Amino acid sequence: MWMIGPVGFTSPLILLGLLALPLLWLLLRAVPPAPIRRRFPGVALLLGLRDSDVEAMRTPWWLLLLRAVAIGAAILAFAGPVLNPAAPAPASDAPLLVVIDGGWADARDWPRRVDQATRVVEAAGRAGRRVALLRLSDAPQTPVFQAAQAVRDRLVGLAPQPFAPANLAGWGQLLPAEAFETYWISDGLDHPGRAGLLALMQARGQVRVFESPRPVLALRPVGFKDGAVQITALRLPAGAAAEVEVSARGLDPAGIERELARAQLPFAAGEDRAETALPLPPELRNRLTRFEIIGQRTAGAVTLTDDSLKRRKVALIGGGAGKEGLLLLSPTHYLRQALAPVAELIDGSLTDVLVANPDVIVLADVARLTQAESDGLQTWVSKGGLLLRFAGPKLAASDIARDTADPLLPVRLRQGGRSLGGAMSWGDPRSLAPFAESSPFFGLPIPAEVTVKAQVLAQPDPDLAARSIATLADGTPLVTRKALGQGQIVLFHVTANADWSSLPLSGLFVQMLERLAVSARPALLDAAELAGQTFAPEKVLDAFGQPQEPQGLPGVRGEDLAKLPPAADRLPGLYAGEDRLIALNVISPQTELSPAVWPASVPVEGGEAAREQPLKGAFLVLGLGLLLLDILAALWLSGRLSGRLAVRLCVLGLALSLAPQARAQDDFALEATTSLRLGYVVTGDSTVDRLSEAGLRGLGMRLFERTTIEPATPMAVDIERDELAFFSFLYWPVTADQALPSVNAYRKLNDYLRTGGMILFDTRDAGIGGTSPEARRLQLIAAALDIPPLEPIPPDHVLTRTFYLLQDFPGRQTGTIWVEAAPPDAAQAEGMPFRNLNDGVTPVVIGGNDWAAAWAVDDQGIPLYPVGRGSVGDRQREISYRFGVNLIMHVFTGNYKSDQVHVPALLERLGQ
Amino acid sequence: MRSADPIAPGLRARAERLGQSLPPLLAAADHLASAVVLGDHGRRRAGMGDEFWQYRQAHSGDSARMIDWRRSARGDVQFVREREWQAAQSVSLWVDASASMRFSGDTARPPKGDRARLLALALAVLLLRGGERVGVMGDHSPPRSGRAQAERLALALSVDGAEDYGRPETTGLALHGRAVLVSDFLGDLAGVEAALAAAAERGVRGAMLQVLDPAEEDFPFDGRTIFESMGGQLSFETLRAGDLRARYLARLAERRDRLLALARASGWHFSTHHTGDSPQAALLWLYRALEAAL
Repeated sequence: MWMIGPVGFTSPLILLGLLALPLLWLLLRAVPPAPIRRRFPGVALLLGLRDSDVEAMRTPWWLLLLRAVAIGAAILAFAGPVLNPAAPAPASDAPLLVVIDGGWADARDWPRRVDQATRVVEAAGRAGRRVALLRLSDAPQTPVFQAAQAVRDRLVGLAPQPFAPANLAGWGQLLPAEAFETYWISDGLDHPGRAGLLALMQARGQVRVFESPRPVLALRPVGFKDGAVQITALRLPAGAAAEVEVSARGLDPAGIERELARAQLPFAAGEDRAETALPLPPELRNRLTRFEIIGQRTAGAVTLTDDSLKRRKVALIGGGAGKEGLLLLSPTHYLRQALAPVAELIDGSLTDVLVANPDVIVLADVARLTQAESDGLQTWVSKGGLLLRFAGPKLAASDIARDTADPLLPVRLRQGGRSLGGAMSWGDPRSLAPFAESSPFFGLPIPAEVTVKAQVLAQPDPDLAARSIATLADGTPLVTRKALGQGQIVLFHVTANADWSSLPLSGLFVQMLERLAVSARPALLDAAELAGQTFAPEKVLDAFGQPQEPQGLPGVRGEDLAKLPPAADRLPGLYAGEDRLIALNVISPQTELSPAVWPASVPVEGGEAAREQPLKGAFLVLGLGLLLLDILAALWLSGRLSGRLAVRLCVLGLALSLAPQARAQDDFALEATTSLRLGYVVTGDSTVDRLSEAGLRGLGMRLFERTTIEPATPMAVDIERDELAFFSFLYWPVTADQALPSVNAYRKLNDYLRTGGMILFDTRDAGIGGTSPEARRLQLIAAALDIPPLEPIPPDHVLTRTFYLLQDFPGRQTGTIWVEAAPPDAAQAEGMPFRNLNDGVTPVVIGGNDWAAAWAVDDQGIPLYPVGRGSVGDRQREISYRFGVNLIMHVFTGNYKSDQVHVPALLERLGQ
Repeated sequence: MRSADPIAPGLRARAERLGQSLPPLLAAADHLASAVVLGDHGRRRAGMGDEFWQYRQAHSGDSARMIDWRRSARGDVQFVREREWQAAQSVSLWVDASASMRFSGDTARPPKGDRARLLALALAVLLLRGGERVGVMGDHSPPRSGRAQAERLALALSVDGAEDYGRPETTGLALHGRAVLVSDFLGDLAGVEAALAAAAERGVRGAMLQVLDPAEEDFPFDGRTIFESMGGQLSFETLRAGDLRARYLARLAERRDRLLALARASGWHFSTHHTGDSPQAALLWLYRALEAAL
């Protein structure tokens, strides 16, 4: 390639044609424009007149220039100009090492990276070079150079990992000693040890780097401060001002995950972080499960929430209510101090707070309960409440649970209690014994200054030891607990104030409350705190930020879990311990995104600035445009361009330029409503759009032949621009590279679905488990849609009998389809063949059977695409048409066929 | 009012195919003439005629049968009913049938020749309706009156000539008659001068109507052009037609001045009509010019 400045030419020899331009100049100059012959009676008056200007015998200079530039542009175009041509790979036969970071940041444009890697590997294969592929996020192993084809096959199934590569130094030690060339597809982040590895690779041979220009966006774990959820987003590089949207998702009261709130995070220009506070009511906040940056499909753009965001409702009920006394002596003062920052406190009488259904009820030295209160408490505890009781003078003085076990106390108590280290006693105040391994407090450090001066004593019972979860040094129980139904009852054998012990004054008190899940914990993971526990993964994230079931993953030890960041043995996700949930996120509160900086000696590809851009088309268009201009100029010069012709040309030009906008919404509305029309969503891929049109036309013909639904030709619907309300049915083929609808379009789509429209989503991939690019795209598109819970179509769904009796719904493929889930209480009535299912039309039908291709016909009504083979295929096509007929019938008649199920019952009631 | 294009050959052919007895040109001329209702033009003096002129007292010499008894019975005096003198005039028409009249600068406009024939025939219809005798110059049949003459005139006018520019013929001019010359007058003016001289010798006066296409008035041409006369006998090449415009227009104005001078010198009327305009105005002008001359 031959370069002039930033422009290179693929076939520079053609540029020699430019030498012919002066010759052309002379030729053109010598030939004047051809004359027009005109019949004109007035010629008699012209005889004898002479032309004043002889120069007109020649072509004017500006027309010559125009033509010369046009020809020059054509010559330049055919010489193949390329702006910023990619530096060709140096010819080399050394083995090629393709390095992919393979971390979560790669997930943002993973297909592009795989494409790039495939290109490089294929090029190497053509050159006969051996290739090795390594993913830095794996555990280090020696790269093996093998045939390019084998590596290419591996690339197909390669996926990024949901954590960042960590052990780059380990890879460096295992690099082969022979010389090789390196192609590093970087995710743009600096990983520890990257510089060292790069230096080692450079020692073996040339290193080239590919970086994607797309910014990396990440979401830090959310915090809670000042009554609002604090959200921080990071980005790299810090470019122009931008705004990202963060979606807060959680379970709704019906247990379905949906978006609960949305926050805008504006990045100022040049800033690499954006913060915002999202005030949420506690009810909503306690439901949150995850935050994600909308439109970013990486694990880094997702942050899971654990118990740290939850604020438990705690009801404090002190026995000394109404008694005059000092604040510090109040039985609930220390509890209030400990819990106020981390929990929602409820005050009131016991009957009042039971109505509010708190998570925890604290009874501080309350002995007497009425029968109604006691019953209410028992019911509440057995439904999962935590009853936390503290002893005190009243409890010690009362006679409850002396002889028989009180249902609201974990143990029987001995009369009077005991006091230690007082003026009248011999013993010293007792300190605490270390917590047993079975205790929820296991691992908490015990401060030496915590002493107990008085306590109530438990009666020795067979299960006393099992119920004690904290004891004094002399073995007497300090905290006992028993389960009641789904809840539990915990008794501190001391007071909640500092009367009987110094426990409420210590930090241990707060930690114990945390362990008991009375209060929320700080978000930071503390290795010492987690030590000794094992956490089982409940849900793990893949690199694209999608939650996966942890199939076969082992539990993680607490101290490992506290080690940040996630790694292969501790995938990001949600981990359940004995009594708490811990979220392990890719991005920790301390994480900073630091860019990978490459030395100047390493060529970096893929940047926005150095995009290779062929200019051939532009030059050809320029030449053609100039030649068109030349036609006009020549016409004008020879007098053939009369005023009227010029006006017509202008009108034509105007009409052409205005025509695309001329389609008025009114016309669209008229067209859509004057007859029944099926609509299909325009994907932007013309092949798919044509197929949709042909498919719906074919289905329309079948409907016309067989049913009373007689649709006109289908219409293309642009969800951004067109009104959707005119259509009862939309067919939406999903392509992998479809643009996401705008906010406005989503609003329209949701309105459409809510008001009874139906969309048939077709991923055209035979419904292979939701892993195809189309299915991923559909998940992304549908995330913001108001879609009810779905289920695979049950055999008694009304869609199976709206017109034909069907059990399969094939298109060109045969996969299962998903419809709105039946209500959980749908039951099969006596004597009815079907359950009484949803009232109404399922708003979406989702499948991947490529129905349009099975339905598609050409203008003669001949099917466009083969389905299956032979008569089996014909049968499949017929069933596919029947599915279409059933579907459209379902759209228009709703659950009519469901209603017919009740006919026997109705007849019976009428006495027939 | 613009009459429907009567002269398009297609229409004429269709009209003939349909077996219509009235030639389309005649129909158009009738149509055009019917818009002009002026009535018979009397001589404004008593004489031979059909129309009542005045009553006058009978005096000696009047025969008894000349007395209008109905009027005289109302008094003691005898009255004679006098009629207006209505002498029929002979009008000779000449319409340029040469090739140059077949020019039209725009497909939307009729050729000059069609317009000239239409005007001449409409005038003839008007005159015939007024009782005049109308004939065609160069034709051997004398001017005649009557409705049937219009059809004969239409036939005589529909002959196309082959020469480039027309030259008026002076045969068949009635003594002290009237003459109408319709042409574009773009050819040699010697013929016109000769015709006027011959007419003056026979005491004939009349009107000259120059029919031009607007393109001939505007000269909307530019660029390298070869101009040819309609017959192809004359040709002229220019490299920049736009430059010639001013000089062409000057020559045209000069020619018109000369024609006007010629007309005045021999007591004729001269006017110019453009095919882009309505023929109504030109017909009115022609009629009035003849009326003044009659």
